[in-house]
Amino acid sequence: MSDAPYDIIIGLEVHVQLQTQSKLFCGCSTKFAAPPNTQTCPICIGMPGTLPVMNHRAFQLALRAAVALNCEIAPFTKWDRKNYYYPDLPKGYQISQYDLPFSQHGWLEIYDPKGKVEHKRVGITRAHLEEDAGKSMHDEHAGKADSKIDLNRAGTPLVEIVSEPDMRSPAEAKAYLTELKLLLTYLGVSDCNMQEGSLRVDANINLHVHTPAGKVPTPIVEVKNVNSFRAVERAMAYEAQRQYDAWQETGKRLGDVPKTTRGWDDVNNVTYEQRHKEESSDYRYFPDPDLVPVRVSEAEVEHVRASLGELPSQLRERLEREQGITTYDADVLVNQGRELVDYYLALATACGDGKQASNWMQQDVLRTLNETSRTIGQFNLTPATLADLLRRVSAGEVATSRARDVFARMVERSESAAEAMQALGIERIDESELVAMCRELLAANPKIVADLKEGKQQAAGALVGQAKKRNPNVNPGRVRELCLELAAEF
Amino acid sequence: MSLVELTATEMLAGLEAGQFTSVELTQACLAQIQQHDGRIGAFLKVLGDAALERAAEIDARRRRGGPVGRLGGVPVAVKDLLCTRGVTTTCASRMLEGFVPPYNATVIDRLHAADAVIVGKTNLDEFAMGGSTENSAFQKTRNPWDVERTPGGSSGGAAACVAASMAPLSIGTDTGGSIRQPAGLCGVTGLKPTYGRVSRFGLVAFASSLDQIGPLAHTAEDAALLLEVIAGHDPLDSTSVDRPVPAYSQTVRQPLAGLRVGLVREHFAAGLDADVERAVRDAVRVYESLGAKVHEVSLPHSKYCVATYYIIAPCEASSNLARYDGVHYGYRTATDVTAEATDDEGALVAMYRRSRAEALGPEVKRRIMLGTYALSAGYYDAYYLKALKVRRLIRQDFDRAFEQVDLIAGPVTTSCAFKIGEKVDDPLAMYLVDLYTVSANLAGIGGLALPCGYNAQGLPIGLQLQAPPFEEERLLRAAHMFQQATDWHRRRPAL
Repeated sequence: MSDAPYDIIIGLEVHVQLQTQSKLFCGCSTKFAAPPNTQTCPICIGMPGTLPVMNHRAFQLALRAAVALNCEIAPFTKWDRKNYYYPDLPKGYQISQYDLPFSQHGWLEIYDPKGKVEHKRVGITRAHLEEDAGKSMHDEHAGKADSKIDLNRAGTPLVEIVSEPDMRSPAEAKAYLTELKLLLTYLGVSDCNMQEGSLRVDANINLHVHTPAGKVPTPIVEVKNVNSFRAVERAMAYEAQRQYDAWQETGKRLGDVPKTTRGWDDVNNVTYEQRHKEESSDYRYFPDPDLVPVRVSEAEVEHVRASLGELPSQLRERLEREQGITTYDADVLVNQGRELVDYYLALATACGDGKQASNWMQQDVLRTLNETSRTIGQFNLTPATLADLLRRVSAGEVATSRARDVFARMVERSESAAEAMQALGIERIDESELVAMCRELLAANPKIVADLKEGKQQAAGALVGQAKKRNPNVNPGRVRELCLELAAEF
Repeated sequence: MSLVELTATEMLAGLEAGQFTSVELTQACLAQIQQHDGRIGAFLKVLGDAALERAAEIDARRRRGGPVGRLGGVPVAVKDLLCTRGVTTTCASRMLEGFVPPYNATVIDRLHAADAVIVGKTNLDEFAMGGSTENSAFQKTRNPWDVERTPGGSSGGAAACVAASMAPLSIGTDTGGSIRQPAGLCGVTGLKPTYGRVSRFGLVAFASSLDQIGPLAHTAEDAALLLEVIAGHDPLDSTSVDRPVPAYSQTVRQPLAGLRVGLVREHFAAGLDADVERAVRDAVRVYESLGAKVHEVSLPHSKYCVATYYIIAPCEASSNLARYDGVHYGYRTATDVTAEATDDEGALVAMYRRSRAEALGPEVKRRIMLGTYALSAGYYDAYYLKALKVRRLIRQDFDRAFEQVDLIAGPVTTSCAFKIGEKVDDPLAMYLVDLYTVSANLAGIGGLALPCGYNAQGLPIGLQLQAPPFEEERLLRAAHMFQQATDWHRRRPAL
């Protein structure tokens, strides 16, 4: 730590779109990619005389997220108006929560099974609910300066989760986001689809530069709308270096200049200064008189807590404990989502070998899903069907290498293990038959026998190959063992 | 007596008895409008054909013996601050000159459901900001008792059209006195219900925490009927209160026994016109003659009411009116703003600025500026937050007073209707016309204005009654008692 020229201080603001059918203050659909302005009504486009009415489902989902993030839930929460002008903001204000958010003071535990990131808690400053704005599309080509507004998104429920500046490296920032996304997906709070904008990240970063006079903070920069986790990691790395260079050049420290906003250029891997000056914004927050405050009882919070189900961190621990797999393996499985974990657990139970099930899930099943762009829910083999194959592998009925062919055929034709094996002509070879075959091969290859006797064990490989040619069902490992054993007889 | 001078209750009785039809009634009102509204200017839009069609449909239903709603065929006028589907809703502003909402205000839906015949949309001060209906972008409304004078505001059109017998009932809105003050100045009965009693959905917002919709009529009996139709919980307005609506039109005829009437010490201070004071004190004596006991009460924070109101209302207005930016609907400047856009703000801000500059009137701009200033960082605590605290004290004053009395009685305004142009260049003088009425909006309680006399020039004088939250029934019954004992409400102006 002390030999580095600076510490990196990162805090993240994450906007998460709640998985509701309808908007926060009206009944309009929130479905993605509908034709522009088809999912709007007089309320969400702010027509005169209309009034917002809170969507209780959205509040419930937000509560779920906040409880899972270990937040304190406010017994009384109100809505505020954040006033500013922009064409995609229909009412001229955004309904948000200012000084009494519905939750605050929580934490999220982050860790990296590969050990790159220290296992730690990142503080959650607050999580509040707000409505989204619409979308502006600027058509600037061919000299035109038309702007089009799509208000489909206006009024979509968002939870803004603001972390403490607790992250100390770009890798930690990425680990935080990964864990947050996983948690919210497990809770069914959000689909966290970054391409569709249901998870958006703004990152605040500055440095504490080590100087002989102590640590000096550099001005805070907010990097806006970084739209992938990889981009967050790279943007933070870039920005740390840029701030260090700027510090060396200008010596400007926190407080000397107002907080600035920068954008991330994903193609050129740089952050760039944004033109508009947002620092002087005065949002003139005040309580929204159109909405009644929301009261949340302790019983309600307890009810939500009881309904959370197993969270990713608890699930990882259980898989390690009950299935005897490594932290790394548990992490890979849990990161795939609850549905895949449930499949895995069914498979492990049915075949009786958690470790073997884990290997098959991580290698064969995941590869197949990736190659065929399917989710586990769309996978055509039931856990019981697959378990049957795994049991046959354990019992030595089929060699692992051949089992892959069986698996491929099962997936392709939706066959059972028995059907696939029969079709591939895989039968269990009797041990005496195998011994006889090895003796024949040794007798026909005196040169190899000689090599084996001299201790050149790799010479057995040629015999394994010949054995497989004679009968593809042979277990190559067993053939090898037998050849080494029987060579002494010659 | 001419058909149009009947009360709504009398009209309903006549309709039910088959003495006349809704079409005849509607025609009579339309004729009255046709004949006199050129001078009065109460209506921004008259819906003649639609009203007659509707009246004919209700008449046909009644003839067949089919079900007819509570207002079965009675003409009603609506302040042009309430959204009407397919009918322009202008708020008396250039900004919304061509705005046709695709939805009805809940109150409009309820009027339809009760078989009211909506005859037109009435004039108001732009976005309900003003006390004289001189701030309308389209026309000034004149007081039917003296066309040189204002009808009050902002529901000046709503009050004038009832006073001039153009409609027996009308819907107004009251943010700081906008129903009661014009009712008082025009000699009609107007009620501002408790906040939350009537849905605000479809009411174009001025100051959301103060706005409330209410009835204007010749009598308390009629106001009770209209309130019964429009009141009640609305899932589209979360601030509307979910409690049953009493049968106001039935209970209004029951006198109140053992009534304790409060007179507010602070109401009878310097500035109160002698004629008004005399009429109000006479009115209180009427109550005493009906068995009421009079007590003096104090509302110590009433001197802060106007100041508090003129912080809170503009703050909310500055936010509520931000949507009129020339982008989504309403007025957009026709000027090419490229030349006047500075580097700092760009063409977009220039377009906002010019659209709002061109389409909003001076009083609206004044309040937006006041509110924007009071909410801005550094002033919020000193103004808005402080005003909220005073607002709570004002409410507590009322709570305490209502421990001692059932009703508070007092003047609606300090004087009778003032001349057109008299206060228009003096905003502060204009703000003081709300002196006795704003407190009810700040406290969220109900208030009712009814005629209680006339001054030497024959101008109406109003009596204000105030009651604890959700005691509209008490207000209406007390007003009806008074109207049983007096006949001020029977006078009609000579047009």
